[in-house]
This record gives sequence, structure tokens and C-alpha cells, in this order.
Amino acid sequence: MASTAFEEIVEDFEFLEDWEDRYRHVIDMGKAMPPLEDAFKVDTTKVHGCSSQVWLHPRIADGVFSFQGDSDAMIVRGLIAVLFALYDGLPVGEVAAVDAGGELARLGLNDHLSAQRSNGLRAMIERIRIVSSEAAG
Amino acid sequence: MTLDVEKIRGDFPILARTVSGKPLVYLDNGASAQKPQVVIDAITNAYSHEYANVHRGLHTLSNIATDKYEAVRGIIARFLGAPDEREIVLNSGTTEGINMVAYGWAMNNLVAGDEILLSVMEHHANIVPWHFLRERMGIVLKWVDVDAMGALDPQVVIDAMGPKVKLVAITQVSNVLGTKVDVKTICHAARARGIATLVDGSQGAVHMPVDVVDLGCDFYPITGHKLYGPSGSGAIYVRAERMAEMRPFMGGGDMIHEVSKDAVSYNDPPMMFEAGTPGIVQTIGFGVALDYMMGIGMANIAAHEDAISAYAASRLEGLNWLNVQGQTPDKAAIFSFTMDGAAHAHDISTILDKKGVAVRAGHHCAGPLMEHLGVTATCRASFGMYNTKAEVDVLIEALELAHDLFG
Repeated sequence: MASTAFEEIVEDFEFLEDWEDRYRHVIDMGKAMPPLEDAFKVDTTKVHGCSSQVWLHPRIADGVFSFQGDSDAMIVRGLIAVLFALYDGLPVGEVAAVDAGGELARLGLNDHLSAQRSNGLRAMIERIRIVSSEAAG
Repeated sequence: MTLDVEKIRGDFPILARTVSGKPLVYLDNGASAQKPQVVIDAITNAYSHEYANVHRGLHTLSNIATDKYEAVRGIIARFLGAPDEREIVLNSGTTEGINMVAYGWAMNNLVAGDEILLSVMEHHANIVPWHFLRERMGIVLKWVDVDAMGALDPQVVIDAMGPKVKLVAITQVSNVLGTKVDVKTICHAARARGIATLVDGSQGAVHMPVDVVDLGCDFYPITGHKLYGPSGSGAIYVRAERMAEMRPFMGGGDMIHEVSKDAVSYNDPPMMFEAGTPGIVQTIGFGVALDYMMGIGMANIAAHEDAISAYAASRLEGLNWLNVQGQTPDKAAIFSFTMDGAAHAHDISTILDKKGVAVRAGHHCAGPLMEHLGVTATCRASFGMYNTKAEVDVLIEALELAHDLFG
């Protein structure tokens, strides 16, 4: 069982039958997500150097993981919002154990994780694992 | 004779498949074209019945493979209008061809301070090898811009041919804008000034008849996989006078005459520039692909694609939220675009894929052009001989959906 926030997204998706509605929903989530401040869009937060750009700004306090993310591609922004629901508020020691691919598959969005996708999502999940593992010690 | 597009579509088995539950609309031909059954059969036949290494053995299979492989040199010479098949170097594609010119020709004939003239719309394959020479030898790269429509005025190129310019390296057709360049005027002006010319034929040779003598160029590289042939095949035309100025750049088997501990002598050109075991079967398949194209007729292919291009241009122009890069009136059927609003090129291509439409999204290996246009990424729909006006309509519908989704 993933976080309550993520399970709510799963429930929303269960009502969406065709791919157009699913994508519309992901895109809306992307539009609604607050942007990362430009000051944090720097080389150290940049996850992928391809033509669609992805940034990850981790925020770890008192052993609890959270982050802010952004992308210049709207579908990727929506997927980052989904990842936020998945990871936000987890104890750092539990982050690496999350099966992000499996959870996204429940939304029918796992095709965004194939190795050839240059949207940076896979690299972002990897960065989340590394950052949280380092923080967990 | 005109081109029977339905018959041609029947020759390409992959065009019958679906993507995302929709009929495939393959508009990524600028990146790589699909293969007709005759090419697929030639590959299977070569490996099934006629395979051995070339130029080495005296046994039956080696002789058959060598004959089939060497016959491709003549096919390519015919395809490009090269007077002598010894002016054709077989390789893995345009990237290898241009690198060969950089290492084999430019490195021996240019000195620090000499200039290479490039247009801003070159593909990285026609930029990075020259950067190597800038880094290693102090060669200076000199750039000419395209105008607001994406056209390259040959006079601008000619005016830039100063006394230090030793090579002009320019594409015949932009892989991003579809702009056709008047390379003939440029090459003839360069020849008159003793300047060498390389015309990047990666896109041009796919879309129009080519005659390298008429163009007056010294080097003309092509890529097999864009010409409906196998990946890993290609060639470069090198005018005999320029070939005489070249030294081999890759050493290995097949390119030598004699090798001892103290000395080496080389095979005659063009073999001197073909080290190691080549892409034997790929090259054989490449020859079949070119025969297939010539059987349809390059003029017919060009006329069909020009009609598709004009139709696509008019339909895309009707989408007032779409920004098509490059507006030259006679452009090749290559359309790069961005969309007003929130959609990134990757967003658009993701939605198009859901409609079965395959396009490229990204920087198209053309960094300087992207910088010139002031964009980081575009979507590109590039058409081939098997595409139809009905497929243009599917593209338009898919774009309308993407616009609706992203707003």
C-alpha cells in the first residue's frame, strides 16, 4: 500500500477509461504543480541533460523525505506530481524500497519508464533513491 | 510515369502494423527510413546462402559475396552520377564519410589559421569533425546564417569565401527546416576559387535526383539507412583529384598492399580508405535499396514528395497555434514545429504516438541551428516516398488533439 495521496490518484484514475482522459488528468496535475523557483534550477539539481529538462530539489528534514521537482515538458511535470504523492513524507530509510515502476504501472503510465525515454523520469527516480539512501546513512 | 503510392506501401511490411492500436503513420523518415521487402529478402538471402568475408578468400562463397558487395559500388556511382566507381568509398554512413574527409583530407591539406565554411543549419555530423580540427590544429570555423525564412542565399556563402577558406561543407537539404540549398551555385563558385566542397547528402539524396558532376562538389556523403537500406551502410563520393590528395585515416586489413615490421604500403584507392571487414550484408542490402529507388525513379519520388510537402505546408499553415520553422516555398517534406502554450516537443510527440503517428522530438543534432532559431527543442515530421496526403490529415488531427490537451 502506497501513501494515501498516491492511493487517491489511483482511485481517480480508475474512473478514467480511455488514454485521452488519463493524459488530460496527468497534464492537469502538471499544470497545477507549483513550479520550482529558478534559483533552484541549477546544474546540481538537473537530472537529465536532454532536450526535455528535469530538476530535482530534495528537501530532507528530521529523517523525512520530500522534494520539489520540475520539467519543461508538461507530461513529465504531471508525472513528477505523481512521484511527489508517492514519496512525500516517507522516512528516508523507506524511500529506496518504493517500487516506483510498479506503482506507475497501476496508473498505466509505466511506458514512460522505458530505457529509451529521454524524459528524465527514470533518472529522477534513481536520484531520489541515491539522495534518500545517503541521508539514511 | 507517376508513382503508385499504394503499391509502394505494399512493398514495406512494417507499414501494415499498428501503434497504440492505430495504423502506423511513420513520419520519422529524416531519422531513418523503413525497409522494403526486397531489402529484407536480400539480407536474409545473403546470410542464408551467400555469406563469407569479402576480398580475402578464393573459395566460392567469398567470391560470390565479394562480387555482390563490389557491385554496389557501381550502383552507388550510378545513383550519384559519379563518372567512375573508384570515386566511391564504401562505409557505414555520412558520419564516417565526413570524419574520413576531416582526418584523411583536411588534416593533410589544411594548416592552422585556415578556415572551414559551414552553414548554421548543419547536422552535428557536419560540425563536430571540424571542431576536432579546430581543437587539434587551430582550424577556424566560419559560419553563414540562414535568413528569416530559413533560406540560405548562395551569394552569402560565396561572399564569405575569403582567402583563408579551404573547404565549404554545407548540407543539400536541412534535416530540421527542409530547406533546399542551391549547392550547385556554391560548389561552382568554390571550384573557381580553388576551394574544396563537401555537400552533406544525408537528406538530399533521399528526396531528389543527384548528379555530383553537375553539382560540382568534391565530397558527397550519403547514409544507407535513410535511403531505405540497412543501418550501418553508406558511402561517400570523392572526386578523383581530391582522392589523390588524401591519406588513409583508418588502418587495418584490406586497405594495405604490403606490411612488414618496418614499412607499410597501401592498396589503391578507394580500397585504401576501407579498413577492416566492412558491413558486407548491409552494403549488399544498400545496393538493393538504391536499385529499388531508381526503379521507381528519383524524379517520380521527388515529384510525389513535393506534392506531399505542399499539401502538408498548407494544412499546417491552417493551425494558427503552430509555429513551423523554415518557410521556404519549395522545401523538402520536412517540417519542424513548436506549439503555442504549455506543450514541449516531447509532450506533443507523446500524444502523437498515441495516435499512431511517429515523429522526432528534440534538437535534431543541430545545436547551432536551434540556437539561431531560439528554441531548445522542436517536433519534426519528415515524409518519405510511401507517405500519403491521408497521413498528413492524421497528423493534423493528432496535432489538434495535442493542442486541445495542452491548451
